[in-house]
Amino acid sequence: MSKDPIHLNVDNISLSFGGTQALMNVSFEVERGEILAIIGPNGAGKTSTLNCISGFYRPDRGSISYEGQDITKTPTHKIARLGIARTFQNIALYTGLSTLDNLMAARHVQMRSGMLACMLYWGFAHREDIEHRRVVEEIIDFLEIEHIRKAVVGALPHGLRKRVELGRALALEPNLLLLDEPMTGMNLEEKEDMARFILDIHELKNTTIVLIEHDMGLVMDIADRIVVLDFGSKIAEGAPEEIRNNPAVIQAYLGQEY
Amino acid sequence: MAIQRPAGEFDYSYAYDMSTIRQRWQWALLLLFLAALYTLPLYASQSIVSLVNRIGISIIAVQGLNLLTGYTGQISIGQAAFMTVGGYISALLVNSLGWPFPAALLAAALGAGVIGLLFGLPSLRVKGFYLTMATLAAQFIIPWFTRQAFPEVLNGAQGVNVNVPVMFGVEFNEPGKYIYLTLTILIVTTTVAHNVSRSRLGRAFVAIRDNDLAAELLGVSLFKYKLQAFFLAAVYAGVSGSLMAHSLRHINSETFNLVDSVILLGMLVVGGLGTNLGAIFGATVVELIIEGATLSAPFFVKLFPATAAGMIQALRPLFFGFTLMLFLIFEPRGLAHRWQLFKAAWRLRPFSH
Ligand SMILES: Nc1ncnc2c1ncn2[C@@H]1O[C@H](COP(=O)(O)OP(=O)(O)O)[C@@H](O)[C@H]1O
Ligand SMILES: [Mg+2]
Repeated sequence: MSKDPIHLNVDNISLSFGGTQALMNVSFEVERGEILAIIGPNGAGKTSTLNCISGFYRPDRGSISYEGQDITKTPTHKIARLGIARTFQNIALYTGLSTLDNLMAARHVQMRSGMLACMLYWGFAHREDIEHRRVVEEIIDFLEIEHIRKAVVGALPHGLRKRVELGRALALEPNLLLLDEPMTGMNLEEKEDMARFILDIHELKNTTIVLIEHDMGLVMDIADRIVVLDFGSKIAEGAPEEIRNNPAVIQAYLGQEY
Repeated sequence: MAIQRPAGEFDYSYAYDMSTIRQRWQWALLLLFLAALYTLPLYASQSIVSLVNRIGISIIAVQGLNLLTGYTGQISIGQAAFMTVGGYISALLVNSLGWPFPAALLAAALGAGVIGLLFGLPSLRVKGFYLTMATLAAQFIIPWFTRQAFPEVLNGAQGVNVNVPVMFGVEFNEPGKYIYLTLTILIVTTTVAHNVSRSRLGRAFVAIRDNDLAAELLGVSLFKYKLQAFFLAAVYAGVSGSLMAHSLRHINSETFNLVDSVILLGMLVVGGLGTNLGAIFGATVVELIIEGATLSAPFFVKLFPATAAGMIQALRPLFFGFTLMLFLIFEPRGLAHRWQLFKAAWRLRPFSH
């Protein structure tokens, strides 16, 4: 693995949908081991940026490289294999599976059992399941969701589903974690729990985290650096202190809330 | 980890937690049930034995469809077409080339699997309704092929006669013998379906069904696993078709037709999509109801003497249609779901009142 301090490099990407310019020449770098927050008003292009990084959208122009490797054209399902995991703004769990199986399903890329091994099950597939179950149980302990281990996730309340989704992303043991509004729709206590989990993940595993969040107080508290998007363009980038006092940001975004 | 656990404790408990049948009495019950089925020819009439035989063969086809439609979420109305492929392959291999039945059955499974995989290719581009239409194509192309291609081998619309399987010097030429073949293969297919559903492959299938977008972003290749689902479903159809052809001793382009594909899908709905018990319950109940149509025909003939001819043909789809409608209204999640509710209630029993 390269020791390049630049973990992810988003280089001048643009993306449009028909008439809408979702992203316009957006560039930023994410350093290894930092928490970078992306903020901006609704429709600013934050989710689109994550979608480009995780290979779901393809930028019209520009490139994205991860650990020095160009991933702009990497097939979507191979992105996870590189160590990039994410959560979704609108929770995208496997609703028919239990918490446990959602996390086990996310071990897919680490597991190797092929079709025949799965059909036979006893032996390799069974051993592999037990081995990965152990990792998954550690994540379940860490996120304090033991009590819903066997619950079907479709029926869980919003806050818990968000937490299970974080668990599913962690089950990939990512080096780069992309979180799209992980605290939206949560009450204060749930938000604080979530912030604590994010900081713990960062501290324990030194995972690089890119985070989209609306709660400015939280963002200022947990982010090392902040990128501000507005109408598809980057209007500012810097440490929380600089962003707080940046006039362009205040006008575009903070002004409305402060 | 804060707590130091004794070595091996994890292995024991996770394996135990993951096991399907946990208690001795459950094993005993299962073995008793199987013993009752295997000894059926000793105490049941020929017509009951042949009904159970037919149910077993249907279950296999529904199990395959369940992997594709129930677990992976790809609705297919082409399952009977792949039974046709399996039936013809094993018929020809046994009859013309003198292959032993087990080898022919295996070839039928793999051959149908490969054809199923080809008809699964549209799933990479289209979803839902459009994909269902693509599977419908199989239902037209494959029977057409058996009627038109290689008439000297496939014998056109007439179809071909199929030899009875011979193994270990035994001719499986009556339901009382054939049922051993069906039951044994059914045990294998049930075990394999269960294994697939609880392993990495099954979780990838459900991931695609529940959220294909998230599945792909989390590393599941839609291309690879959708095709594996189509392949497996058709393998099951191939086995089922081969068993049916050798039991009927004849196959033609209409032996397994569009109506059968629809009925197989209906069996899955009645039993419950995406559960292994559902495939078994659904095929059993629907076969019994269709049998009920046959048995009640004389009664209906008395009621409507004007339409006496063809009464059985008319009653079967009618019974099937009503069953399906009642289930969609009253238990859209199928019998397996009802069974789960029943089990849960039973376990809580001492406290529920
Ligand atoms: N799949 C899509 N099709 C059409 N327009 C889209 C799509 N995804 C995003 N957009 C548009 O791109 C812009 C940015 O959206 P998004 O990235 O979701 O914003 P944010 O996450 O910052 O709220 C919006 O105008 C949105 O309507
Ligand atoms: Mg968004």
